[in-house]
Order: sequence, then C-alpha cells, then structure tokens
Amino acid sequence: MVVMKMKFPFEKRVKLAQGLWLLSWVATMAGAVTFTLGCVLKTELRRRAEVMDNTEIHVVPNTLMIVGVASLGINYFAGRICQDALDAGRFPRWKNFLKPYFAVSCFFTVLMLLSVIMSYAMKGNLESSLKIGLKNGIRFYKDTDTPGRCFQKQTMDRLQMQFQCCGNTDYTDWFEVQWISNRYLDFSCKDVKDRIKSNVDGRYLVDGVPFSCCNPSSPRPCIQYQLTNNSAHYNYEHQTEELNIFVVGCREALVSYYMGLMNTIGVGVLSVFLIQASVLVSLRYLQTAMEAVAGQENTEIETEGYLLEKGVKETIMEYLDPVFKFLMLNKVEEGEATDS
Amino acid sequence: MALMKVRFDMRKRVKLTQLVWFLYWVAVMAGILVFSMGLFFKVELRKRSELMDNNESHLLPNLLIGVGIIACGINAFGGKVCYDSLDSNKFLKWRPMLRTFLVSCVFFNALLIVTAVLCFVMRIPMEFTLAEGLKNGMKYYKDTDTPGRCYMKRTLDMMQMEFRCCGNNNFRDWFEIQWVSNRYLDFGAKEVKDRINSNVDGQYLMNAVPFSCCNPSSPRPCIQWQMVNNTAHYSYDHYTEELNVWKRGCSEALLSYYGGLMNTIGALLILVTALQVGVTVGLQYVRTSLMTLCNPDNPESVSEGWILEKTVKETFFDFLRMLKAKFKRNRVEEDDS
Repeated sequence: MVVMKMKFPFEKRVKLAQGLWLLSWVATMAGAVTFTLGCVLKTELRRRAEVMDNTEIHVVPNTLMIVGVASLGINYFAGRICQDALDAGRFPRWKNFLKPYFAVSCFFTVLMLLSVIMSYAMKGNLESSLKIGLKNGIRFYKDTDTPGRCFQKQTMDRLQMQFQCCGNTDYTDWFEVQWISNRYLDFSCKDVKDRIKSNVDGRYLVDGVPFSCCNPSSPRPCIQYQLTNNSAHYNYEHQTEELNIFVVGCREALVSYYMGLMNTIGVGVLSVFLIQASVLVSLRYLQTAMEAVAGQENTEIETEGYLLEKGVKETIMEYLDPVFKFLMLNKVEEGEATDS
Repeated sequence: MALMKVRFDMRKRVKLTQLVWFLYWVAVMAGILVFSMGLFFKVELRKRSELMDNNESHLLPNLLIGVGIIACGINAFGGKVCYDSLDSNKFLKWRPMLRTFLVSCVFFNALLIVTAVLCFVMRIPMEFTLAEGLKNGMKYYKDTDTPGRCYMKRTLDMMQMEFRCCGNNNFRDWFEIQWVSNRYLDFGAKEVKDRINSNVDGQYLMNAVPFSCCNPSSPRPCIQWQMVNNTAHYSYDHYTEELNVWKRGCSEALLSYYGGLMNTIGALLILVTALQVGVTVGLQYVRTSLMTLCNPDNPESVSEGWILEKTVKETFFDFLRMLKAKFKRNRVEEDDS
C-alpha cells in the first residue's frame, strides 16, 4: 500500500526540481541560522554559569548546534541531487546513496523538533539548578578572601543589579545567611556578641540586604538595614513598602529570562523544521518520480511519485531489520564463544 | 598648462569609468553609515539630555544626518552618470551639467572636512555642558515628588551604576548637597535639627553617598554612611580605602564616553572625506577624457584627462574675474534702472 501517491508529468517534475533547488538554498541559510541560535543560547547560559549548579540544560543549545551543522550537509546534498535529477544519465549514480541519506536526514529533522520540546521540558531542571546555584552564591557572598569563591560577591551583586532581583526566592533569603565577613566585624562590640549568641551556629545575622538589592526607582534613599523594624526609619512601613528593594527573587527572574529566550529561539527553530521537512518531502517525491523514468526511452513521460512504497509500519521494520540482524549476529557469536 | 594630465586610450577609459562607478557605490554605503552614526549619536544625547540640563547642542548629530543624506544623493547621482559615461550618447545627455555638479562636489567635500573638524572640537563645549548639567541634576536628586523632576533620582542612579562613577568630580560632591528628601526626615529628632542648624541654607548634609556609588568589586559590604569617620566602622581607613565606592567622577566618565564616540565618528568622517575626494577627482578625469576625444566620431580614439584645465593659480584668478564680471554686470543693470 503506497503512501501519498501523486502524478508527475514532465513539466511538473522540472518545476519540482527547480523549486527544490531554491528551497535547499533557503534551508541551508536556515540551518546556519539554527547553528547561530544554538551558539547564542549557549553563550547566554555560560555567562551565568556561576549561579547554575549543573550544565544539564546545555543539552538544548548543543543539540541545536549539531542539528544546524548537519542540516548544512543535508541541504547541500539535496541541492546536488536535484541538480542531477533532471538528467536521466546522471541521476542513477545517486541510487545507493539515497536510502541511508533519507534515514540520516529524518533522524536529524526529528532531533530538531525534539530540541524545541526539550527546551520546554527542561524548565524544571533549570529551576532546580538555579536554586542550588543561587543558594551557594548567597552563602559564599562573604568569602571574598577564599580562593575559588572570592568573586561570588561581585557575581551576585552584578546579577541582582542587572536582573533587578534580590535573593533566591525573595529578599528574606539574605536574613538567614551571614553575608558580612568576619574580618569586618568588631567582636568586642556588644551588639555583635549578642547577635552571634542569638543563634545556634554562631552566625552574625541581620535583617538587612546588600546594596545591590536597592531599587533605583524608589523615591527615597535606599533602606538596606533593619528592614523589618518600622520604628528604625521615619515614615516607613515594611509591609506596604514596595519600591525600596527589588521584590522579585533572582531564581524567578533568571528562569523567566531564559524561558523567554528559549521561546523566541523555539519559534525560529520550528519554522526551520518546517522548511527542512518540506525539502525532504520534495526530494523524496523527486526521487521516486525519477526512478520510474530510469530505463525508459522517452524521458518525458508522466510518472508517479510517492512518499513510502509500503505502509509506515513495514517501512520502519525494513529500516530496523539490518540493525536487529547486527544485534542478533552479535548474540549468536557470544553464544558460540561461551560454548567453546 | 593642465594640472596632472594623463593620456587615456579606450581600455584605460573604460577601466577608469568602471572603477569610479564601483567607488561611487562604496561611497553611497559610506553615506548611509555616516547617517546612521549621526542618528545613533543623536539618540545617545537625547537619552541623557536630563543630565545635561537639556542644554546640549544637537548641531553635530544634525549636521551628520544632513551630510549623510546629501552624500547618498550625490554619490548615487555620480554613480548613474558614470554608468552612462560608458555609452557616448548617454554621456552627451549629462555633459552640460557635469561642471556644476563637480563644483558642488568640491563644496560638499569642504563641508565634510568642516564636520570632521567639528567632531574633534565639540568636546570642549560638551565638557562645560556636562559639568553644569550634572551639578544641577544632583541638586534635584531628592525631588522625587516634583513633576518634571521625579525621574532624576532614577536617571542619576542608573547612570552612576552604568558608568561606574560617583558624583560630579568625585564622591565628595554628594556631601555638599541635601540628597535626602524632607519627607523622610524626622524633624522631631535632635540629630536632624542639629544638622540643619549647622549650615546657613538649612540643608540636611551628611558625609554619605547614595547606594548607586557602591562598587560591587569591594570585598566588604558597602559603606555609604559616615564615610570620613574611621571610628564608625571596624577596620576602616577612608584614606586608603579604594574599592568601596567608585572613585571616578561622572562628568569625567560621561565626557570620556561621548569623547570616544565623537573621536570614532571624526576618524570615520576623515576616511569618508578621502573617499569622496577620490571619486570627485575620478569623475573629473572621466569627464575631461570623454570631452577631449581626438576624433569625436570614433569612440576608440585616444584622449587626455586632467584635474584642472589651467594651473591652480590661473583657475583661481579666472574664478575671481568671473565673479567680478558678474558683480559689475549687476551694478550696470542697477545704474541703468
């Protein structure tokens, strides 16, 4: 049972070949665009790598880059094939090449679609990675003299200023951590000694936030310290005060930034996917139409083109048979080896 | 005696015309580039016009935009003329107006040179505008409830964070003005009353700077308040402390940013001027070589091209004589009437 049969008179074949040649060039540009989009996403992820705990999310831009490079190759061959297609003498030399070519092209095209789905599916992964990374950033904020962590303060400050956010979930995360280094605490002072004794771990906790949490849009100079104490500041009520410091947590800000970026990139990649799929479908029709011409004396006869010779299931089994045979062959060899 | 005479045969003429045509299209791109740089500069000035007290001079970006558009027009026309010069019939169409076109090109090149010089010279008035503007801007930092000035605080904060600077000349400028609004001062407190009584204008002055002056690279949390009092903070010496707040003044930071931008545009303009002079000379050679064909009916004959028909001195005196003659003719007409 043939899938999607279509009749192709000579003019239609010629038009198909010409259209396909043009489309393959468009698809090559689109492949380059996909590669560029993958690079952009990877660069953006690497810029904030210090506040991410793992690099699992990097599978999305890596896939995009691989698919972009592969589509350059696929479309180059598509252009060459359709140039030779109209010449009945030169077309047969592509015969053996086309079956594995279609298998590989379909694989990479499906991979393109998968990468877009992955970018949505990995949101949870990104969020948990950021949660741990930001928690560490806040914990090591004060360690500006420890090698390997001395830039955490700078990273966190610049991140909070750029993304207009404060803390991990919100600004109260800073209240639970000692973010002032011991080098700048006067341990003979009564206030310091009281604060350190007030908790089990002996940490100097304040209900204050670093300056990078301050919101420039606030009408009053920034209140950083004694945030929950209404009487410490004139005309101040911390429950209703909204503009003083940033209320958004940095995890939420970063996740929404990256999701927005991946949405934009996803739209572009989906359109590239459509172009690539149409190139493959047209090439398949051209191939099957030209195969019927081979061996005929009159090359201008009308032929039929189709997508799949047998049904979908049978075609898949046909492609997977060699793979299974290869695996079965290995099993038989192992069995013989253990016997002897 | 002509200036820089060159002999041209058919092939050399064609090659010259093609080269000048190509250069004209490069010059059109250059004109577009100058236009876009003028637009960019104008946008950058308007973005920070609040900090310059809305006093900044838009002469330079407007001039750049105008020059860019004129350059595009002149070079596109010149390219068309060059393209037509390859065909002697079409060239006859353009021949009468080419002389005026070339003279206007010379004036345009002079305008380009003037613009390039302006780019480097305008740094000086910009320095004064910035100093004045920032001083006034800082005075309005606290007026977040006054319509028309309520965004000054935000603009100043964002600018100090972006350009990594503090105050006008340095951070001490903040000590001399009241930057905390009266709405947030408790006039019942003794400390507030003392500070206000301590100076003639009754302003609440502190040895403190806004949070936007803080340097994120500092190893310790930012010290904004009581900055010159070493005993107020543990292990702090304000004489040796370098990383706490930004040391640079904002007028210096902004001036170096705008100055760098103007220097780049000026250098670009010099290159564009050189290109423009080149195409003008090229077109003059094309015109004169086509005009002096030995045998006008045979387009393949040899001809000569030059930049000026007589020497520079003689051309200049000819020009003056022509002006005098015109002026005299006008006087005679007036006398008659």
